[in-house]
Amino acid sequence: MTVLGDLSPGDRARVQGVRCAPAVRRRLLEMGLLPGTELSVVRRAPLGDPIEVRLRGYSLSLRKSEAAGVTVSLVPRASTERAPASAPLPAE
Amino acid sequence: MSALPQVLVAGNPNAGKTTLFNQLAGTRARTGNYPGVTVDRRSARITIGERELELVDIPGTYSLTSSSPEERIAVDAILGEKDGETKVVCVVADATALARGLYLSLQVLECGFPTVLALNMMDEARALDLTIDTDGLAEALGCPVVPIVARRREGLEALQSALVQVLDDGPPPMPELEWGPAVEAAVARVSEAYADVPDPRRREAWARWALMSELDEAELELPAKVREACEAARSATEEDLDVQLVAARYAAVDELVGEHVSGEGPSHTRNDGLDRWLTHPVLGMLAFALVMLVVFEALFSWSEPFIGWVESAIVFSQDMLRATMPEGIFTDLLVEGVVAGVGNVLVFVPQIALLFFLLGFLEDCGYLARVAFVIDRLMKGVGLHGKAFVPLLGGFACAVPAVMATRTLSDRRDRLVTMLALPLMSCSARLPVYVLVVATVFAHQGDVFGILSVGAVALFSMYALSLGATLAAAALLRRTVLRGPRPTMVLELPPYRMPLGRNLLLSTGSRVKTFLVDAGTVILALTIVLWALLTFPKDPAVAERFAAERAEVAATLDGETEADALVAIDGAEASAQLERSAAGRLGKAIEPALEPLGMDWRLGIGVIGAFAAREVFVSTLGIVFGVGDEVDEESETLREELRAAEWPDGRTLMTPLAGVALMVFFVFACQCMSTIAVVRRESGSWKWPALMFTYMTVLAYVAALLVFQVGSAMGWGT
Repeated sequence: MTVLGDLSPGDRARVQGVRCAPAVRRRLLEMGLLPGTELSVVRRAPLGDPIEVRLRGYSLSLRKSEAAGVTVSLVPRASTERAPASAPLPAE
Repeated sequence: MSALPQVLVAGNPNAGKTTLFNQLAGTRARTGNYPGVTVDRRSARITIGERELELVDIPGTYSLTSSSPEERIAVDAILGEKDGETKVVCVVADATALARGLYLSLQVLECGFPTVLALNMMDEARALDLTIDTDGLAEALGCPVVPIVARRREGLEALQSALVQVLDDGPPPMPELEWGPAVEAAVARVSEAYADVPDPRRREAWARWALMSELDEAELELPAKVREACEAARSATEEDLDVQLVAARYAAVDELVGEHVSGEGPSHTRNDGLDRWLTHPVLGMLAFALVMLVVFEALFSWSEPFIGWVESAIVFSQDMLRATMPEGIFTDLLVEGVVAGVGNVLVFVPQIALLFFLLGFLEDCGYLARVAFVIDRLMKGVGLHGKAFVPLLGGFACAVPAVMATRTLSDRRDRLVTMLALPLMSCSARLPVYVLVVATVFAHQGDVFGILSVGAVALFSMYALSLGATLAAAALLRRTVLRGPRPTMVLELPPYRMPLGRNLLLSTGSRVKTFLVDAGTVILALTIVLWALLTFPKDPAVAERFAAERAEVAATLDGETEADALVAIDGAEASAQLERSAAGRLGKAIEPALEPLGMDWRLGIGVIGAFAAREVFVSTLGIVFGVGDEVDEESETLREELRAAEWPDGRTLMTPLAGVALMVFFVFACQCMSTIAVVRRESGSWKWPALMFTYMTVLAYVAALLVFQVGSAMGWGT
């Protein structure tokens, strides 16, 4: 299972689920990190944490500990086609 | 008054809500407070056509779920209903990130009050080749959609007429959302707990709000029956209500965007270019250091001439009063109490204004979010938010503006932890105390490693100690009194934009004004109380004795020797009167408690006087030691007097060890009434400043006690 916190800058992924403390979870959901949402990891902060994620036309910063609660499936970089959510995940 | 229809300006942070408010309000904006919480309520009476309306700036929010006081206010303002009140909600959305703005818009429309959607930053959207079919969007949403460019005043007339129009048209249709059976059942159940809300649509809106907000525990005061209904509704279904609630709205949002927006969408090229530099591992850190240096420099140096002017103006008015008013208690009260108190308040204004201007600039241009992004890794270790860095840094200059700067933190716990820990940072008012002590006790000591003087090492140690203590206190507060859900840092990184000077000036002005009104009055009152403590009771016997001495001097001496002798008598009289004042008696009364710290009653009076502001320690000691209150930390006379001071048994008072203990005391002690006043203002109750004062005083006492006792036992520096 891949989580958002493990992705590298440049990776694209689709959200599968959000599992973390209720308050954070709602915040993430309401900021648009819903199951099925496609996002990309833009960069890591200079000190390695937090990370910057782009989705729905805007950028969001979240700590790796928060991103660890977001399970994702990688979308192959080369293609923009929609990969099925259950596709086997390439190893990190 | 209350009959005026309200226009609530709501919107996402960074959507230009404040710009729009300022443009519509012009110069008529007033800043007040929401009852019970320390959130500014900005409002203005405006006239559109023939209609008079009250324009209200609602705190920025991404949704109508409440996890911070600001969000709670937004919910109460938009969803709450008072008798005889009519309102229109103007949702401001960033046209370049329409999806997020539409999410909030749908929630507002669900509430069923007349609504207008203002699509801001249409110029940027056009530059990005985004085409938004506003008519189609308006039809789909059932409310007017007005394209605007708030900063250039484009589209404001159309917006104003739309606002008046919907007031007459009445509520918009309920957005068509596919909640699904589980959510609908839960909402039906919870809305029964809102039987007192007459409108069924609003009842359901409250139910959806409660379902989303209810788990955020202590932040909310939810009625027990609502909480119970939420719990019952949750346990009645296997479905994930949170996801379904949010997903239903986003499904509608995606459909709206898909149908009415065309074009590439923001490519963020401008941002990426800048961010590549500004968040680069090396250059980004350099840029960060540079920006922070400017903030620091502003607080420390740029503010100095302004502070100098304030101080000169105060001294000038004190001299004028002294020269024109008859001598007596009333004049003393006016000069030493009231005018000095006003000075104690005004002296903070330059730093507050500069800090908020810079903070506003950083926030509006988008860099403040990057500050948090870049430095969060270091801050989270002690349980602080990345955005707490600027307030902490400000603490090195002065806790008062720094505490006010914690406003940039949206979470209540984050804000309190930062505000209660940062007064431990060694502010610039502690420096005169350190300098006086170091120069007194370490003047004739050798060097360390041949390069650094002992004094420099001692001074540096105090700064290191204060930084360590601040971080430790933050970590500890987070684990004890302010324990709560794990702090988060989910933060939007907005596009870089050029700030609007007008916005910066208005927000700086309103910050300064709230400080003057709310914290200023407390500081003024405390100054007068402290003056009275240091002045009364006066001993007529002392006055007589010195009057006699003066008469003798006048009779026997003349010329310069007479003047010198009279100055010496003035100093001795001030010292003798201070000793007999309430503060002097208090100093003596607490001497048994201070002695284990290496302090006698004279230093005790200094500590009491320093409550006005730490640097006042120096001038208070000046009075105690009879060299007058005009001394500063560079005064060689005062240093000599301190070096010569002895305990009644002939031991030296200011040994190097006693000096270090005294400095350690000042590192930790909350000797600053202004900090207390401003923490009360910013935390909204006396509970938090009381806690802060207690923990800092205990810490200061114990630390100084340890230093002096352990040092004495080991025979160091005695």
